[in-house]
Parts: sequence; C-alpha cells; structure tokens
Amino acid sequence: MVKTGLGESRESCFEGGRALSAHNMATNRSRPLSPHLTIWRWGPHMLVSILHRMTGAALAIAGLAILTWWLLALADGSDAYATFTKAAGHPVGLFVLIGLTWAFFQHLLSGIRHLVMDSGAAFELGVNKTFAILTIVGSVLLTALVWLYLFGVRA
Amino acid sequence: MSLGDSSTPLGKVRGLGSAQQGGEHWLTERMTSIALLFLGIWLLASLLLLPKLDQQTLVEWLRAPSAAVPMALLIVVGFRHALDGMKVIVDDYVHDEGNRFALNALLLFLAVGGGALALFSLGRIAFGAAA
Repeated sequence: MVKTGLGESRESCFEGGRALSAHNMATNRSRPLSPHLTIWRWGPHMLVSILHRMTGAALAIAGLAILTWWLLALADGSDAYATFTKAAGHPVGLFVLIGLTWAFFQHLLSGIRHLVMDSGAAFELGVNKTFAILTIVGSVLLTALVWLYLFGVRA
Repeated sequence: MSLGDSSTPLGKVRGLGSAQQGGEHWLTERMTSIALLFLGIWLLASLLLLPKLDQQTLVEWLRAPSAAVPMALLIVVGFRHALDGMKVIVDDYVHDEGNRFALNALLLFLAVGGGALALFSLGRIAFGAAA
C-alpha cells in the first residue's frame, strides 16, 4: 500500500516496505502545527514590524504634507505663517506634531534595526527581541526629551 | 532533469516571482533611508538649536546654503523614500490589479507634485528678497 490519506497514521506509510519521507512529513502528528494568523501570541518584534509600516505611512502622508505646508507658509509671508503656527499650537495640532515626532524616532530606530537585519545579523530570538524593545523605549524617550525641551527649557 | 538541461536552479526560478522586478527598488529604499537618517536628524537638531521658530528666523536660516541645500536634499530624498515605501504597502495589501495600478499612479503623482511644491517654496525662500 503506497497511497495514504492525510488522516492515516505514520505506520501505514511503511506498509509497502518503503519509507515515504514526504508522506511522513505530512502525516506525523508530533510535528508542530502552524496556528491561524490571528491567534499568534504577540511579541515585541511583531509590534515593531507593523509599527514600522504604520509610522512610515504616517510620515509619508501627514509628515510630508505638514513639511510642504510649513515651507509654503514660510515662503508666503508672515500672515500665512501665522495661520500655520496657530494650527500647530492648537491642541489637535500639537497632538499631531508630538505623534509625528514619535513616528519619526520609531521609524528611524526601527529602520536602523532593519538595516542591521538586512546584513543578515540579529536574527537570534533573544537579540531580535531586545532590539525590538529598545526601538520602542528609545522612540518614547527621545520624543519625551524633544518636547520637554521645547515646552520646558525653550518656552 | 534531462542531460541536455544546463540551466541552474536560480535560472529556473528567475522571473517566476509575483513582482517580476524590484531589486533596484529595494536597494534605492535602503540608500534613501541611510541619507534620511542624516537629513532627518539634521532638520530636527537644527530646529531645536535655532533661538526662535518665528518666520523671520526661519527664512534667514533657510536663505543660507548650509540650510537650503540639505533642505532641498531632504525634500527630494524624503519624497522618493515615501513613494518607495508606500508602493510596498500598496503592492502588499491591494490585490486587485486595477486598483493597485490606480493607487500606485496616484502615489507617484502625489509624490512628484508634493515634492515640486515643496522645492518651489524652498526656492522662493532661498532666492527671494530678504523678509
């Protein structure tokens, strides 16, 4: 007997006197089974991976739009620039700017991590996890420092 | 494999992926990311080191080549990197070929248009009469 179904036991593969390695792989129940995508346990590396995309999109859309608006307003004169600073100083504006500062640092640190990984390094589970946690700690810390400086020291 | 088949394993699979191309795109994204590492930190540090962030101070700052040139580079490289990155997101999540083409076209126009607008504004500041 050579033909085996998925549900059959491993022993049945050997019944014909031949070991069928492909069938062994498919029918050996002791091999780890991949759970569905949505029931993976979240880890820092997964969070940092998706944050890299989200912060990148935020910087590309909101960040560049605000940079362009800022330059337009600067070129237009003091009235246009007053409109910009008024929007930037509004609570919503501040929330967006602080959020973009964090997105900038998160994307920057995570980007450095990706460049290191592109070289083939830092794939070991422990190292990878540590670097992932460090990008989050670093981005929050740097964002806090920048805005504490702007509000505390400079203001 | 017949005896007459001299193609390598790599040669057999080349071109069979979903993207058909992309090596240059991948490398450009990395190169621009390294440039933006420096340009991004330069912009943030400059803004933090300026004594004030009013219009006159900023215009005076951007009229000097030492600020206008990195700012021009930041605009060009920044919009390019944003376009490359957004294309990866669109290519990954938009499966309908028509929608994907339309979104990639929209992104390209937005990036080139936005970049041109930002560069033109910088030119007005850098080459304009003193504020």
